[in-house]
Amino acid sequence: MTSTLNGRIQTRVALLVVVGGIWTLLITPLLPTGVGIGASYGVTFSVLLVITVLGVLWELAYHGIQQFRWEKDWPTLFGLVTMVPEGLLVWFLFAGGAIPWIGSLSGWAFGIHFVTTWMWVFLIANGPMRVPFVHWRFNGGRLV
Amino acid sequence: MSQTPLAPPPRAPGDLSDALIATDVWTDAMLADHGIPVVDVPFVTVGGGIGSFVTADYLRVCGVPTSAMRVLTPLETPWQSYEYLTRVSQVPRTERLRSDSASTPDNIWGFPSYALREAFAEKNPRQLWNVLVEPIWSNYYTPKAGHAFTSMEKEMHRIRYPEMVVRGQVRMVRRRVGGGYFTILTPPQGAAATRRIAYRSQWVHVAVGYPGLKFLGDLQEYRTATNDYASVVNAYEPHEHVYEKLKAKPGVVLVRGGGIVASRVLQRLIDDRDRLRLETQIVHLFRTYTDKAHGTGLRKRRKGSDGWAYQGFNYPKSVWGGQLKQQVRKTEGPARAALYKEMGGTNTPIRRDWQEQLSRGRAQGWYRVVIGTIDRMTKTGELVEVAVSSDQGPQLGSFDAVIDCTGLEADIREHRVLADLLDHSGAGRNPVGRLDVGRDFEVRGTRNGGKVYASGSATLGGYFPGVDTFLGLQIAAQEIVDDLARQGFCAKLGPGRSTSQWWKWARGKQI
Repeated sequence: MTSTLNGRIQTRVALLVVVGGIWTLLITPLLPTGVGIGASYGVTFSVLLVITVLGVLWELAYHGIQQFRWEKDWPTLFGLVTMVPEGLLVWFLFAGGAIPWIGSLSGWAFGIHFVTTWMWVFLIANGPMRVPFVHWRFNGGRLV
Repeated sequence: MSQTPLAPPPRAPGDLSDALIATDVWTDAMLADHGIPVVDVPFVTVGGGIGSFVTADYLRVCGVPTSAMRVLTPLETPWQSYEYLTRVSQVPRTERLRSDSASTPDNIWGFPSYALREAFAEKNPRQLWNVLVEPIWSNYYTPKAGHAFTSMEKEMHRIRYPEMVVRGQVRMVRRRVGGGYFTILTPPQGAAATRRIAYRSQWVHVAVGYPGLKFLGDLQEYRTATNDYASVVNAYEPHEHVYEKLKAKPGVVLVRGGGIVASRVLQRLIDDRDRLRLETQIVHLFRTYTDKAHGTGLRKRRKGSDGWAYQGFNYPKSVWGGQLKQQVRKTEGPARAALYKEMGGTNTPIRRDWQEQLSRGRAQGWYRVVIGTIDRMTKTGELVEVAVSSDQGPQLGSFDAVIDCTGLEADIREHRVLADLLDHSGAGRNPVGRLDVGRDFEVRGTRNGGKVYASGSATLGGYFPGVDTFLGLQIAAQEIVDDLARQGFCAKLGPGRSTSQWWKWARGKQI
């Protein structure tokens, strides 16, 4: 990917809201959350919200790292492996009780939801995104 | 005996006159007086190479009928000229280009990428793995030249491109009194009743490719002095005879240059050496020797070693869409020229097979490097004697052949159509001396109730650096087509049209 900071943030938010939102709607009933469907949706959409908000901050860090690359690009693999620190941070925040409106979170449910959401966003950002948004890749990932 | 000037030969029917050539802006009546027939079409693209092709492709995707466009070209196919240059510079159809997986001139979306298509065709995910881990754990994936050409051929028929092609050589583009332009085409001999045909259009797109090759002074001097065109060659000229000569008897060859063409020529020499067990000795002359990472600061360091500056593509990757694209787009004049200089410089991609060959050559002594410049070349019997000012002082060597891989481009004025735009139509030069275009690739100074656009190599130095590449031509096409959409010539390419058109592409449905 060759993104500008603005493009990174726009892409992150748009994909997590649209792709992440649809996927969360579909997968939540199948997750081993151990609670009722309403509470499950409360948890999964809270996770999605936290990934999105923290993601904007992560993008600032990634943009900073990108400045040390001659090509000013972000190799495809980086978009995949950043899943690890981001996932761990979100997990610790939820498990540590930092998200006041969520009582408890099943590790398996979180893991499946987080990894599958990330994979969808990653796969769509690396190809199909260009089908409806043919200007997107030439505009540094900006949508507007 | 004094020479009496002869009477000028009678003008062929429908030809230009000196008076017309000297007139900057033409009326319809002037062409009628000259008997030059006029064809009306809203949009004309001049060149007919890959630049014209991708622009026509975008316009077809945006709903422009074939009847509203004409491609004026001497070429048989859009990739003919490109294929010639890649083939002689040692990239035949089976070899890989220096181009990104998602730079697909047959597909404006870049999806599916070449790597994805190759993985499906071969039922092997190896190339997908490559794009996942590049450039950290593997070299960049690049498509095979043949893959690019065959897929373009398919798209050419899908968009009914041949219906728009008119064969001939474009002589000039001139502004028309009352708005628009005349593009003067010289059809092949016998193909038309008149010597010239004028295309009257509101928009003209100029994509004529390289203005020409510029040979270095020492190469030209050698040829003038010796009339020997076979021993000292430019890598962009056909030079298969050099490899044949080295097969016939062991020889020493001097390779000059530090770019992608030098890399490919060295690979060819070493492949032949390995395959046919030849004794070829190679001396490689670098003008600038890069021994380590280099640049203007911690955040601007390009890799380098063993003489070469390494870079995946001919510019840093983000010029085609990221930070550097945005940065250059905002700069003017000397600041832009400075950015070009910072990103520029001769470079070549790192490829494992090349690294292996050259390190073996260094270890075994049949590949040696000299740093310096050529002072002169002279013919001594069958050999070429080359005098070099090197970092070790003056050196003299005798070679069976010299392959010059420096690939300098000629001034834009070397191309007749571009020279005419500069002289008669108000076009100017950008900070690096080429054709000055705006952010939408309009040739500045030529507006006349319509617009002239240009893309490709002639526009290097503008607000977008990567012009002379597959993706660069598509980026230019997108800017041009967006501008044409604003003027009402074609539909806007929003998410709905883009998706439905992509679906047609995916099904191979003709449009």
